[in-house]
Amino acid sequence: MTQTTADNPAPARRQRAQIKERTLRTDQWWRYPLVTFIIFTAFLVYATWAIFDNDFFVAPYHAPFASPCLAEAVCEPDARLFGWAPLGDWYTWPPGLLILGLPAGFRFTCYYYRKAYYRGFWLSPPACAVNEPHSKYTGESRFPLILQNVHRYFFYAAIVIGLILAYDAVKALIEKPGGVGTWVLIVNAILINLYTLSCHSCRHITAGRLNHFSKHPIRYRAWGFVSKLNAKHQELALVSMFSVMGADLYVRLVAKGVLTFPFA
Amino acid sequence: MGYKAKFRVWRGEGGEGRLEDFTVEVNEGEVVLDIIHRLQATQAPDLAVRWNCKAGKCGSCSMEINGKPRLGCMTRMSTFGEDETITVTPMRTFPVIKDLVTDVSFNYAKAREIPSFTPPAGVEPGEYRMQQIDVERSQEFRKCIECFMCNNVCHVIRDHEENKPAFAGPRFLMRIAELDMHPYDVVDRKDSAQEDHGLGFCNITKCCTEVCPEHIKITDNALIPMKERVVDRKYDPLVWLGNKIFKRTGSKS
Repeated sequence: MTQTTADNPAPARRQRAQIKERTLRTDQWWRYPLVTFIIFTAFLVYATWAIFDNDFFVAPYHAPFASPCLAEAVCEPDARLFGWAPLGDWYTWPPGLLILGLPAGFRFTCYYYRKAYYRGFWLSPPACAVNEPHSKYTGESRFPLILQNVHRYFFYAAIVIGLILAYDAVKALIEKPGGVGTWVLIVNAILINLYTLSCHSCRHITAGRLNHFSKHPIRYRAWGFVSKLNAKHQELALVSMFSVMGADLYVRLVAKGVLTFPFA
Repeated sequence: MGYKAKFRVWRGEGGEGRLEDFTVEVNEGEVVLDIIHRLQATQAPDLAVRWNCKAGKCGSCSMEINGKPRLGCMTRMSTFGEDETITVTPMRTFPVIKDLVTDVSFNYAKAREIPSFTPPAGVEPGEYRMQQIDVERSQEFRKCIECFMCNNVCHVIRDHEENKPAFAGPRFLMRIAELDMHPYDVVDRKDSAQEDHGLGFCNITKCCTEVCPEHIKITDNALIPMKERVVDRKYDPLVWLGNKIFKRTGSKS
């Protein structure tokens, strides 16, 4: 029998095993997309609320979703990055709107998140060997999904955001070393930076693009380090997502006076 | 201790067929392929199944067991409950010849479309000098036994027959990555990976990695690195500018 897909697609379709069931899997394949959908939706709902919540700073803690604060009118002097507020008092919207697009874009174009939301939200496919509901598929070969290829630019921005979160954590450590919030911010900064460094684009930039590792020993060692982190990219993506959400909520609750215990 | 297992096996020629029920003896230590062979020996002598090594190294007995692409010879019966009905069907993405035997020539056609390893001009076989760290990435991909379960499970062609002409499938995109990473290969494969072999169709849902019996990290180590190399070539203005300024050819570094 000859394969006929190239010159005669329709008969080849008929020659496949005609099985009506969408899948014959007997395990709980729907759990992964369902849990993904619930977790990501919860994150989106929280992020939307956090953007418009103005209790993002209580010295020395700065909520990660609003850091750096770059507007004079909405950022008190202590909340500004190095005291710097490039936007004058004309800007009165929430400060998170200015910067959240960068980490959000980093996560949206991240290779792990793509897998997760293509499965959980777009059902393309919902799980392996489970038919997807779409009649046509072009993947990331065309607009708009071809824009996923900008991931490395969001990675560059995420490095800067990660450094700023580390700065916020160190500042809190200096000013209030015994504060619970300080350690919440430190743990979050570590996880965010590990997630950023474990990125596939980072792995490519360090040395993945090279074919002669032996000619670039330092870059090769960096690639080896990033590759080890990269193997945990999914775990780091999820843990850092929870940590940033938790740290952000913690700071806001302290700022609102909800958490008032000593050493908060 | 043996027991009687309930099996549903897809029987038919071409695309037409049906699931047939069987009750068949299972003994300790057996795999699904053993049971298929027992069915042949005792109840269905004309049942067609492709197999060869029975050691997970030839890639012949690819089939779908309870809906999952698996090697029949590497799927232990002890992983199923004794009262569980086990459904065995041919790979869905390829045309059926008979029963569990599919026509996988799509894969051979795709393999032929990829330019073979091309060393620099003037370097003869035997003169290649490479360090281990330069080739070890590619060596992972050489573990492939060509069971074609990755191509079978990939929804790009599993659910969309019309994409077959434009998409090589994970197995052969991995082959392109292997050659593109090779320190002695001089063919520039980035443009063709995207334009001719359909790398852009891949939405990295990692099913190829999940089903690989050799546990090759197809997505993380081959497809995503190849996508990043394509970004270097086609979508990153900074890399383009760097190539211009430093007069790099931009092909092989």
